[in-house]
Amino acid sequence: MSTGQTQRPIRCLVAKVGLDGHDRGAHVIARAFRDAGFEVVYSGLHKSPDEIVQAAVQEDVDVLGISILSGAHNTLVPKIVAGLEEYDAFEDTLIVLGGIIPEEDRPGLEEQGIGAIFGPGASMEEAVEFVRENAPER
Amino acid sequence: MSGKRGEERNGREVVSESESARDDRSELLEDLLAGNHRALARTITKIEDRAPGYRELVSDLHAHTGDADVIGITGSPGSGKSTLVDRMAEHYRAEGLTVGIIGIDPSSPFTGGAVLGDRIRMSSTTGDMEVFFRSMSARGSLGGLSTATADAVKALDAFGKDKVIIETVGAGQNEIDIVKTADTVCVLVPPGSGDDVQMLKAGILEIGDLFVVNKADLDGADRTVMELREMIEGRSDRLSTLDADHHDRSDRSDSNGATGEESEGNAAGAHAEELSGDGPVTTVQEQGTDESDEDEEPQPESEPWTPQVLETVAKSGEGVEEFLDTLVAHREYLESSGRLERQLRNRYAEEIRALLREDSSALVERELAARGGIDAYLDRVMDNETDPYAVAEAIVGPLRECVEDRREEE
Repeated sequence: MSTGQTQRPIRCLVAKVGLDGHDRGAHVIARAFRDAGFEVVYSGLHKSPDEIVQAAVQEDVDVLGISILSGAHNTLVPKIVAGLEEYDAFEDTLIVLGGIIPEEDRPGLEEQGIGAIFGPGASMEEAVEFVRENAPER
Repeated sequence: MSGKRGEERNGREVVSESESARDDRSELLEDLLAGNHRALARTITKIEDRAPGYRELVSDLHAHTGDADVIGITGSPGSGKSTLVDRMAEHYRAEGLTVGIIGIDPSSPFTGGAVLGDRIRMSSTTGDMEVFFRSMSARGSLGGLSTATADAVKALDAFGKDKVIIETVGAGQNEIDIVKTADTVCVLVPPGSGDDVQMLKAGILEIGDLFVVNKADLDGADRTVMELREMIEGRSDRLSTLDADHHDRSDRSDSNGATGEESEGNAAGAHAEELSGDGPVTTVQEQGTDESDEDEEPQPESEPWTPQVLETVAKSGEGVEEFLDTLVAHREYLESSGRLERQLRNRYAEEIRALLREDSSALVERELAARGGIDAYLDRVMDNETDPYAVAEAIVGPLRECVEDRREEE
């Protein structure tokens, strides 16, 4: 729609969903994104999928980073995806996942439209680079 | 209007593109007016990015604005702005009102990056789509943010939000400009911030309609409230001193008793506290005469608003009712005194001026580029063939002549 002539920073929502109180990773990645020049909205802890969808839509983010370490990703991610679809926001939002995601769950999540999954050991440069290259063009 | 002018100026190449752009725009506007949240979010993004076509979009929004009550909340980091805003949203929702919130956070001047954290505190109304919360960052562009904020407020207003809240860290002139786009300005002060209150003197004290000592359950709250009250009284005393001086000088011969007494009292600044009892009364008189002198309006401002100092504990909700009541009172004051209209006129005047500055400097930039850019001129200035003033005149002169010719034709 618009040309890339305006230097808009990439907008991200870093989200914690569900009953998972481990937010060190989310904080670290939020800071890394900030230092990479992104605008980062942090959701805070214990958000429901609906709340994440609301935040993603209202903030009109390019990238939604979800951090899940509780193992509930197969329940929570589909709800978020469905919510974004409801608001026509799924198509132009890049969704990335971080946390503890077992290898066997990855194909299923990727099939639902998750752009990338960063598990333990992933470097911040890797995540920043991926977002830079894959953030949807507006 | 400006769209048409843009086409004329830029010639045919733009025309075909702007056709589709206009379609997109009217679709976006329709969706926004129909209550589509995503359209509202997109509109604010366009405004924030200054994306192509955003000006026309804001022009189109204008006709649909004017219904929202705009409240600005500012204060130092950690004074509890977000928590109070959360409480406000909760109360307004309980009354069945819809709420739009713009939370502004600073961005890094080095990377442009920002962590926008105001959203975290919005816990009471989270999941409720009728509360539209949008985070904005300063994006390094200092002057532009107040324009972008004002435009985003228009989008929320046109969308139909009853209450629009602007939340920003009060740290300097930029924030003051932002918060001035609000009808009612609230300044939050954490207790025990003796020196911070001193800092507030510069700028922020003048714009606050309400001062809220939040976290009032902490030590030092009483003292902070007292200091604020003193300062506000000092403020009205000082204003009337200026007036009194002015009157003294211009018509010293018929300066009446009240004016003389007031200026005398202020000359001995140390006695300000003693005089505080009848200070405001004098202020009323002074402002009344001042109004009729300057604006030549038949009805002078009936009574100036005396900034209120309130105590709240936003976390527990203590004092929030009273705070909201005072907001309503201020709103009523704005409407009944005619101040709301005057503020709006001032705001539009400033907006027009800001746009004029922006546009004319862009025009001059383009003209400079069309004449080969600044480097060519620099070389000649360095060689002493010409000087900066002559260069400015060489570029602006023809523009001025064009404008003058056009004006005469009209």
